[in-house]
Amino acid sequence: MNDQTMTPEQRAANLKGMGSSRKRVEDVRFTQGKGNYVDDINLDGMLFGDFVRSPYAHARVTGIDAEEALKVPGVLAVITAKDLEPLGLHWMPTLAGDKQMVLADGKVLFQGQEVAFVVATDRYAAADGVEAVEVDYEELPVVVDPFKALEPDAPVLREDIRDRAEGAHGPVRHNNHIFTWEQGDKAATEAVLAEADIVAEEMVYYHRTHPCPLETCGCVASMDKVTGKLTLWGTFQAPHAVRTVASLISGIAEHNIRVISPDIGGGFGNKVGVYPGYVCSIVASIVTGKPVKWVEDRMENLMATAFARDYWMQGKIAATKDGKITGLWCHTTADHGGFDACADPTKFPAGFMNICTGSYDIPVAYLAVDGVYTNKAPGGVAYRCSFRVTEAAYFIERMIEVLAIKLGMDAAELRRINFIKADQFPYQSALGWEYDSGDYHTAWDKALKAVDYDGLRAEQVQRLEDFRAGKTRKLMGIGLTHFTEIVGAGPVKNCDILGLGMFDSCEIRIHPTGSAIARLGTISQGQGHATTFAQIIASEIGLPADDITLEEGDTDTAPYGLGTYGSRSTPVAGAATAMAARKIRAKAQMIAAYLLEVHDDDVEFDVDRFAVKGAPERFKTMKEIAFAAYNQAIPGIEPGLEAVSYYDPPNMTYPFGAYICVVDIDVDTGETEIRSFYALDDCGTRINPMIIEGQVHGGLTEALAIAMGQEIAYDEMGNVKTGTLMDFFLPTSWETPHYTTDHTTTPSPHHPIGAKGVGESPNVGGVPCFSNAVHDAFRPFGLTQSHMPHDHWRVWKTANRLGLHN
Amino acid sequence: MIPAGFEYHRPGDIESALSILTQHGDEARVIAGGHSLIPMMKLRLTDLSHLIDLQDIELLKGIEVAGGTVTIGAMVTQHQLINDQGLADAIPLIREGSLQIADPQVRYVGTIGGNVANGDPGNDMPGLMQCLGATYELQGPGGTREVAARDFYEAAYFTERAEDEILTRIRIPVPAAGTGYAYEKQKRKIGDYATAAAGVLIRIEGGTCADASIAMTNLSDTPVWSVAAANALIGTAVDATARQAAIAAAIDEIEPVADNRGPVEFKKHVAGVILGRAIERAASRAG
Ligand SMILES: Cc1cc2nc3c(=O)[nH]c(=O)nc-3n(C[C@H](O)[C@H](O)[C@H](O)COP(=O)(O)OP(=O)(O)OC[C@H]3O[C@@H](n4cnc5c(N)ncnc54)[C@H](O)[C@@H]3O)c2cc1C
Repeated sequence: MNDQTMTPEQRAANLKGMGSSRKRVEDVRFTQGKGNYVDDINLDGMLFGDFVRSPYAHARVTGIDAEEALKVPGVLAVITAKDLEPLGLHWMPTLAGDKQMVLADGKVLFQGQEVAFVVATDRYAAADGVEAVEVDYEELPVVVDPFKALEPDAPVLREDIRDRAEGAHGPVRHNNHIFTWEQGDKAATEAVLAEADIVAEEMVYYHRTHPCPLETCGCVASMDKVTGKLTLWGTFQAPHAVRTVASLISGIAEHNIRVISPDIGGGFGNKVGVYPGYVCSIVASIVTGKPVKWVEDRMENLMATAFARDYWMQGKIAATKDGKITGLWCHTTADHGGFDACADPTKFPAGFMNICTGSYDIPVAYLAVDGVYTNKAPGGVAYRCSFRVTEAAYFIERMIEVLAIKLGMDAAELRRINFIKADQFPYQSALGWEYDSGDYHTAWDKALKAVDYDGLRAEQVQRLEDFRAGKTRKLMGIGLTHFTEIVGAGPVKNCDILGLGMFDSCEIRIHPTGSAIARLGTISQGQGHATTFAQIIASEIGLPADDITLEEGDTDTAPYGLGTYGSRSTPVAGAATAMAARKIRAKAQMIAAYLLEVHDDDVEFDVDRFAVKGAPERFKTMKEIAFAAYNQAIPGIEPGLEAVSYYDPPNMTYPFGAYICVVDIDVDTGETEIRSFYALDDCGTRINPMIIEGQVHGGLTEALAIAMGQEIAYDEMGNVKTGTLMDFFLPTSWETPHYTTDHTTTPSPHHPIGAKGVGESPNVGGVPCFSNAVHDAFRPFGLTQSHMPHDHWRVWKTANRLGLHN
Repeated sequence: MIPAGFEYHRPGDIESALSILTQHGDEARVIAGGHSLIPMMKLRLTDLSHLIDLQDIELLKGIEVAGGTVTIGAMVTQHQLINDQGLADAIPLIREGSLQIADPQVRYVGTIGGNVANGDPGNDMPGLMQCLGATYELQGPGGTREVAARDFYEAAYFTERAEDEILTRIRIPVPAAGTGYAYEKQKRKIGDYATAAAGVLIRIEGGTCADASIAMTNLSDTPVWSVAAANALIGTAVDATARQAAIAAAIDEIEPVADNRGPVEFKKHVAGVILGRAIERAASRAG
């Protein structure tokens, strides 16, 4: 078959454009061990840095003695805060308007904090050097509980900003208080609560955990003294922002800094922030004139680089007797650790926590978040979610369950009668968002039917009867969740990070032979951008995805963008890709018209070509057009075929989903078994169904980990109790259940291709679903709330508390 | 996560290994699979200057079943324990237990000798060896001696083995035909040490329990071999009452400590549940 005889469908299939389950082009190298990660970078004469870290959670540093360390063969330098101070680099700004010590400046605020940076000729010498540095500490009282941190006589953690009245986000009322962020109508909400038929109240804790990417954080800094150019390879989820920040901090002109994110082995928010290791490596490279590599180990990653969650969410939800929700109130105490290093858009110190009205039509709501310093590691990043959206989804999906208990209602029905209806979109939420599109009832009914919800409930009743009759020791729980996310940050008018608007970009160049290269401001960490963005271009301009190379992560070549996190790549850079492709298509149309000797308006786009309207046999393929762009002098049209687009999204996108799982719980051992998990996702237009499915599987597995065991736990002294993968739960295939995936498609009305983003949905929706299932199993015995993670002993304790062991 | 520097030795026979060990005293340590030792070295919890790799010593290899005794060389890996059919026929309890240790990657290199010599209360083999009444052969500069597994463990990481001795072989009496067995282990995930684990052997004659042996893992700072628990079963039909009595006796002897796997009350409860299940399964297999 040739161009003449193929049907449009066959031609479209050949492009492997949007909707095709095209195989991931990245996997060829990843599955053969041919990826190129930061630690694979080896340069001539490269040195290695390693940190001396604090064993204490709160202590004064009274002395650092590097004498012995400098005697270790291979050790070249030991850098301390004193050395950085003259450069103004002993502290650095955080993404949240706070500042953070690069190296301990007189005191330490969390276990694992960076105290000194040892530079050596190899990794082993650096480690020996670390061991030989002697640090004198004077222990100070430790605060690990954010509520105690706000008590009047609590120790002052941040002496550098003691007695300030104003923080980066408004007034503060205590030395350990970072901000109060309020949204919604407090008076109206309290009035509704006062008069409601029913008010359910609960404290919902979303524990501290960690993104724990398989590849830890690291960088290689190389200052070329001849050209004056600094090249920085690193595990950066936002390479362009890192370049700008590096320039602002170091004073090196931005054009003299080149930041490169090579292959990244997972990020999940952990690689958004700027870490002391980056600053120290740059300084060490400038001082020594040699490239310096720093790669943290697993324990350092878990202990010191950005954690996630740690939100204490006190909720009140009001409803009528028959279950119509009338108001929602939430007060959150947010544990930020020793520095406020959250990675949120500037105007949102608690991220998008104000999406906590969820999928429900709630007329009034009020949210207040208090940020608090404690003696724990800084962070508070969006672990596979848009900023604090997982916390918000967990909160509302728990509150719905708590309300259902109070009302004595089925939680599926309670959801149904409160969903925002399809004809209410675009929907203005009580806490200030405009939901772009959704059809929650359709998704919910499809999900309930798919799992035979009524049948499951009947089985559960029977199980309960058997349990009470002593025939089984296993309870059955049904977990329900309907989540709504807010992703794709975001409109420049209200979203920026350190003053950088959160637009994104794509530049496409079509080569003469009709293949192409596209470069984006984002950076894949496993999401498969090289696969999916090529598919967008393929569909938009009619060239095969297989002929399109995709590049990201090199600030010298890629257009400026804010990077990949918060499910923003498809909503923002994906939109930029479509828009850039459309610019090319518009030019191609003019070229085609010229070649076909008709007016521009007389040709139309047809899959992979422009054809004369009404005469489809007269056409020019995109390949022919591409060649013409380079070899014909066309009056009024510049040669070449390329375009760039910077896309400022008009709104966020609002993916949603309906998840249902079934868990069996052994009340005697606290062991749980996920018997089934059904996940329906609506992410708008689906670019690559196979990649969506992979993203859903991965995100659900992280959600399983978080809900069932994964945590960063501290003891009273501020020691990290879960600093290795023995205690920090990272599921393997053994613990991972089978997932059934499904979808509905409600395109985003404002996105050029209607896509909404999906990478984070399963983490956002999965956590409440698993957790609700555990709660649901114990509902007949009077349980309303038990905090995650639902590991064996906590589940056992719940059973014990409810008298199930008697 | 980088160990301090050390010298690496790879002797070809036990005599050379012993002489290096004697020469360097407590500066030296033998290494088998390294899957307990290397993590400690990387955390710099163990500091030593000489590592003596045992993998070239033939004497420490092989599994032999003869004359009612199984003899296992110290360097036999857990993977080999699982895949040796002769061993599985003679003492199926070992395969059942080994399959619950760590994960396949660890089992490819982790050895039985390292597992029992290590003295970590989390290791599963010591309890199994006590349950089975195994004997360890230790060779030192002064010659060879035998120590019963049931007498070997003193406290966490402290054993009867002198620092200049190498564990060479483990001898296990093959249980009488028809002996029921079970190793039951609760863990948080694959690759985890036990929250609670129990090894049980039960011989039933004419409907009553003629002999029993019960040992528990990770519930004290040494494995707990409980004579009282076994005695509670002997002479009974291993019914619910007898099981409860055995459980009560065993729980009396354990002293679990709180850690990330849970608080003490939880561990004690779970230990009882796990032991109960192990007894039930062992009894169901006796015949
Ligand atoms: C992730 C992970 C999970 C694990 N889970 C479990 C588990 O669930 N259950 C379990 O039982 N184990 C578990 N282990 C430990 C594993 O089974 C080890 O391999 C085993 O404990 C030690 O055997 P080895 O051959 O690796 O010994 P090594 O680590 O080489 O040695 C351990 C100690 O024994 C000494 N030693 C070794 N051989 C001799 C000898 N012949 N004579 C005298 N001393 C000797 C060494 O000097 C050292 O002190 C786990 C390990 C890991 C890394």
